Amino acid sequence: MQEDDSEGKNVSAAADLTRDRQKRERETWTKVLASLAETRDKRLFAELFSHFGPRIKAYIIRLGLPAASAEEVTQEAMLSVWRKAHMFNASKASASTWIYTLARNLCIDRMRKEKAVEYELPEDEVDPSPRHLGEHAILEQRMKAALGTLPEAQAQVLFLSYYEGKSHSEIAEQLGIPLGSVKSRLRLAFDKLKTHWEAQS
Amino acid sequence: MKIRHHFDDATLMAYSSGSLPQGMAVLVGSHLHWCDECRERVSQTDRIGGDLLEAIEPVAMEPDALASIMALIDQPEPEQKLRSLSSDRLDSARTGLPLPLASMLGSSLDELDWRRIGYGVQQYDLKLDGPGATRLLRIAPGVSVPHHTHRGNELTLILRGSYSDELGRFCVGDVADVDTEVKHQPIVDTDEECICLIATDAPLKFTGLMGRLAQPFIGL
Ligand SMILES: [Zn+2]
Repeated sequence: MQEDDSEGKNVSAAADLTRDRQKRERETWTKVLASLAETRDKRLFAELFSHFGPRIKAYIIRLGLPAASAEEVTQEAMLSVWRKAHMFNASKASASTWIYTLARNLCIDRMRKEKAVEYELPEDEVDPSPRHLGEHAILEQRMKAALGTLPEAQAQVLFLSYYEGKSHSEIAEQLGIPLGSVKSRLRLAFDKLKTHWEAQS
Repeated sequence: MKIRHHFDDATLMAYSSGSLPQGMAVLVGSHLHWCDECRERVSQTDRIGGDLLEAIEPVAMEPDALASIMALIDQPEPEQKLRSLSSDRLDSARTGLPLPLASMLGSSLDELDWRRIGYGVQQYDLKLDGPGATRLLRIAPGVSVPHHTHRGNELTLILRGSYSDELGRFCVGDVADVDTEVKHQPIVDTDEECICLIATDAPLKFTGLMGRLAQPFIGL
């Protein structure tokens, strides 16, 4: 019992550390982006590129674009970071959130143009590569550190929605639960996150 | 504009995650154009995406990626993009429609090629790809839309006039955000016609005889 407890504490202390580090990182990148907007310094842009480029690419691949298109969209996204930096408002969003929305929008446009792969799959065909469970578990770990401690069921729907771009109905079908449960889990997760963010700031 | 009806959190999360079909995303974007409250909420649902972006396992870019972007950043942004954005803004100002919808329609509500689909009801189909349907409905005073239930989600944004149903009264800028279990029958409740944008992620299911008759006809 005692051991379990202390282990639990260590784990949560480790998670706190990770969260603190992530918070500091987030703030640092926000400052870098804000000063890029002011100075138009290409060295700052290169720093942002090396941090966000590979993350955007990973995100876009997860959403289902092939690696070559993901590379193109990522380059396009980074180019818009440069061009739109003057519109970034550090009091409204962090750099990661702002860049996320830019990348997401470009990715959606591209998927529409390429007539999203999912519509070409025959209706009943199961996704041939349901993302490997091991990878899933690791990502969920990292995500939990990033997002605070969400119960498994809530983390899962967030994951499927934001990382795999699945609609509520698709998630309901995949998990074999009613649409209403998907939505209520998402709402609960969102409430928890907001509380967590308030505590953090 | 006094907005009383807003989106469910789950809908804004779907918007932020990029998983809404195009028509629903245009509808959400249109409400956001008018609604400070939901814009504020979206900045929070977007934040989930931002935090996830930080947590993701990076995938290496091509070795020459930075060089290719650096070669482009000194060039001015392509004219075409800038021009299309400013013409969308003009459309929006001229038609009084929210920007995302204005840029999609390119004309005012009255200039559209409306098709009569039943007594006092006209429709304009935006014919977007993807699951579900996106339509504008133009409903005469006193007329109601057939009773229907939903297999998936249905979003409605009021663009002109107002209607009432089991869920309350909806005026310009308001949204109705309903799913599977909700059965409702909106009725136009003033002497002004009502125009609304409706986007679904699955076909609607009409109930009752009236619904069964109307369904193949309306094709909603
Ligand atoms: Zn609102």
